[in-house]
Amino acid sequence: MTLPPSLEAILTFLQNWWVEIVCGVVIVAVVPLIAGYVVLVERKLMADMQARLGPMRVGPHGLLQPIADALKLLIKEDLIPDNADKLIFWLAPVISMVAAMTSMGAIAFGPTFQVARDINIGILFVIGVSSLGLLGIILGGWASNSHYSIIGAIRSTAQLVSYETAAGLAIVGALLLAGTLRIRAIVDAQQQLGVWFIFLTPVAFFIYLVASIAETNRAPFDLPEAESELVAGYMTEYSGFRWALYFLGEYANMIVVGSVATTLFLGGWLRPFPNVHWLDWLDFLPPLIIAAVGVYCVYRAGKQPAEIQIWFMWAVALTCFAVAVIFAVPLFVTSLKFILPGLHGAFWFLLKVSGYIYLFMWLRFTLPRYRFDQLMHLGWYILIPLAIVNVLAIGVAMILESEFSWNRWFAALLTSLFTLGVAAFLVNLYDKRTAAASAPATAAARDPYAG
Amino acid sequence: MGNALQQEDTTKKNSTLLGADELVINMGPQHPSTHGVLRVKLKLDGERVRATECVIGYLHRGVEKIAEHRTYQQFAPYVDRMDYVAAVSNGLGYCETVEKLLSVEAPPRARVIRTILTELQRIASHLVWLGTHALDIGALTPLFYCFREREEILKIFEKYCGARLTTHAFRIGGLQYEAYDGFEKDVERFCKNFERRIQDYVDLLTGNSIWIGRTRNVGVLSAADCIALGASGPVLRASGVKWDLRKAQPYAAYEQYQFDIPTGTNGDTYDRYMVRMEEMRQSRLICLQAIEKIPEGPILGKVGKVLKPAAGEVYHSIEAPKGILGYYIVSDGTTQPYRVRIRPPSFVNLQALDKMVRGHLVADVVAIIGTLDIVLGEVDR
Amino acid sequence: MADESKPPQSPESSKPEAPPTSPAQPPAPKSAAPPAPPGAAKPTPPPPKAPPPVQVALENDLTKRYHHRFGAAILDALEDRKQPYLVIDSAQLADIARYSRDEEKFDLLEDYTAVDWPRRDKRFDLIAILYSFPHNTRLRLKIPIAETERPASLVEFWPTANWLEREIFDMFGIAFAGHPDLKRILLPDEWQGHPLRKDYDILRQDTAWIRENLGIESGQ
Repeated sequence: MTLPPSLEAILTFLQNWWVEIVCGVVIVAVVPLIAGYVVLVERKLMADMQARLGPMRVGPHGLLQPIADALKLLIKEDLIPDNADKLIFWLAPVISMVAAMTSMGAIAFGPTFQVARDINIGILFVIGVSSLGLLGIILGGWASNSHYSIIGAIRSTAQLVSYETAAGLAIVGALLLAGTLRIRAIVDAQQQLGVWFIFLTPVAFFIYLVASIAETNRAPFDLPEAESELVAGYMTEYSGFRWALYFLGEYANMIVVGSVATTLFLGGWLRPFPNVHWLDWLDFLPPLIIAAVGVYCVYRAGKQPAEIQIWFMWAVALTCFAVAVIFAVPLFVTSLKFILPGLHGAFWFLLKVSGYIYLFMWLRFTLPRYRFDQLMHLGWYILIPLAIVNVLAIGVAMILESEFSWNRWFAALLTSLFTLGVAAFLVNLYDKRTAAASAPATAAARDPYAG
Repeated sequence: MGNALQQEDTTKKNSTLLGADELVINMGPQHPSTHGVLRVKLKLDGERVRATECVIGYLHRGVEKIAEHRTYQQFAPYVDRMDYVAAVSNGLGYCETVEKLLSVEAPPRARVIRTILTELQRIASHLVWLGTHALDIGALTPLFYCFREREEILKIFEKYCGARLTTHAFRIGGLQYEAYDGFEKDVERFCKNFERRIQDYVDLLTGNSIWIGRTRNVGVLSAADCIALGASGPVLRASGVKWDLRKAQPYAAYEQYQFDIPTGTNGDTYDRYMVRMEEMRQSRLICLQAIEKIPEGPILGKVGKVLKPAAGEVYHSIEAPKGILGYYIVSDGTTQPYRVRIRPPSFVNLQALDKMVRGHLVADVVAIIGTLDIVLGEVDR
Repeated sequence: MADESKPPQSPESSKPEAPPTSPAQPPAPKSAAPPAPPGAAKPTPPPPKAPPPVQVALENDLTKRYHHRFGAAILDALEDRKQPYLVIDSAQLADIARYSRDEEKFDLLEDYTAVDWPRRDKRFDLIAILYSFPHNTRLRLKIPIAETERPASLVEFWPTANWLEREIFDMFGIAFAGHPDLKRILLPDEWQGHPLRKDYDILRQDTAWIRENLGIESGQ
């Protein structure tokens, strides 16, 4: 039976693209939930570092807290300020969230999971689209029709723009080593070289780390949203689910920058030492790690005060063991070995992204906030020059290796040390400048004990 | 290096984003960082603060007027409510002033126990200051650590007199309650743990370059300005004046103990932070020295049930955690004082805010208010 | 205990312990020894002898210097419970202040307040408490002023007097001549009345302001 040509075209389209569509739907549906649970992880981690417990009431150990929060935000009254521009007010958080989720589409969570089929401008796409989220911020501040919102939005935008430049230049360093913008090819390059790029260009990684913290408005760079002009910046007039979109967009952005850093610097889905064959037993680490989590749950089950909590811990432990078995089976059953790279790769990728995000949270709870002028100074006077110098240094290292046959490690070490020297010089300059600029202009002090 | 000065000139010439040459911003009475109901009007020029005006009185309860209609003992719980973060110090000042008025002295045992409790209260007050000040500047974690330590002190207070915050721990003439069994052990255990905890705060904040960047050269007050403006306590000491009322005119049992007076050099926020941290250490040392030898004896001096001091007046001040806390009491021979004047350290220190904030950015205003360590209950009475 | 006619200090009172300084003694009789209730011919205990006067005239180097410098402006030099104070004439307040700060080195104005004696001619007593860091001594200056008088402001000598004088103005109504910004500090700007005066109480306070701004009836 022949179908009409339009229906035929649709069916062919679905046939070719159904994986990507399903992945896309999963991203749109699941990412807000994941972002919500990242919020819960942050709250529990914050509580742990502050000698308290965090959410414990809603669900066992607070595990249903994000659901409760989402429900509460959904049923809140939808307030729009009086003279606000309604369309843009509605649109701004949507842009923020959409930008974050779209950029997630190009990221490869494993050698096989990727919505955008390995487009040739992978990294550029991710960086570019995630910076469209800036539009959401500035529009939100504008549409709120409030002095303080727009000042906060402008500050936030200025901060994001400056640190994106630094982040982009830091990424260029790693891209030089990879030689391509394709995401899968970058990780493959790391596999071929046998080393994660962080070891070849640590300075670029740290610049990217600092820049990405500033990109996502996290502490210590959260002045625009902490007390900017004495209110909450561009998010002030937003409440209910609109605010939730901004908030989740921020955490989705964290996942995006974590994924970019993992791809470029931490070896993507590769296990540690991917090319060293006598370390192949490291392939057993994923199931072992998961099983270890399960064992810990069993250990903690004995210490729970209430019976339902004991049951809950055992349930979690058994789930962990089941997942560990799923991870371990392909290692032994040769016919299933083909899913190994995908499955284990996804595990390693998510582990590294989690580590990166853990670092974000750890820094948030430890460090005080930068003042806005100090923040901008750090971005423009220290990070950007350093990133430029780093790009040159990596170029020099690559030439030394290819043209002059230097040892790769030696060249990398030398150029890294040079870049660190430049960093020390810049920081020293910054300290001297701040000391001189804010020297107190006081009258001559009078010695009170001199008669 | 003349960048900053050039920057200042251009901001003077340019108008701000909103088209006004001078902007008045109100840090309203409700604000998470003003430590109470304080209203500060900031005159801004671009980002820089040109002048400030503090509006206070939101917590004015007429305590001095109430005192004229209460007997001396009835008024004692009221003084706790002024600086409610350091209630024991307020009570010490008041009881000592009335004792001077009556020309009685508290017995030695009472004086030593008073000293221990007051020094513990000093540590507790500085812990609240540290936690909230760090929180204003953005460090989220020290708050919880400080309150965890303070919890131990409040437990000691609760065991001693039944209350944690507004303790009314002392009586005119001495103490009402004997030190409970295990008092020395509790204080010793707290002091032994506390050294390690102070090191935690030092690790988190003292060497942190962001902290130094936010507090160095922020809110500088020279020694001459301090004395002229009447600022006292850690504010005065951080500006370089090595003066502490506990050493200059000792009261309670302070002359028996060895302790240092920490001072700063610059008079900026960082120095005030260092001075208060060191004061906590010194208070801990005083407590350790005091519990080694608490003299035996009565805890209450010879005062009758009805207090009718001879007509006249007396002024007495102590070194409260926030500065010089003075009481001026005029008696007319009856059981109720004729006039009670309380000289609050926070009220006088807050006057210095205008001078300290000029020329700084708006984000620094919150840090400077925090570093003055004001409690509005005391400012407004 | 229904029998309330017994004086509150009877030994069978409901309080088990009898602390010497129990907080509230509402109907405490003025004398220290309560007379027995139905006692008819019990001899009342002798009235407590009047305590010796605590203010003694003071004569030391400091007072001699002040007398020498200002003569009649120093109305009196007294010591009360070992705390010295000078009673001075308000006309010379600025000069005495300058002399105290510069020559006698009283560089800290520790406190500045007032006391209301409504039955006197000079109704208010301004009290300035000075402290000298070099000498580690305190001195009190008592300045009697009349109700309508405007004493010189001490702001030019000790800037800390700014808010202290504003509070005195707020609470007592004493206006200072030469104060840069004399307005109320603790009470709202439009408040009528000066609370710490002795002829002011909760029934006479500014109920109009309270009714307009807080919407409640006050003064019960």
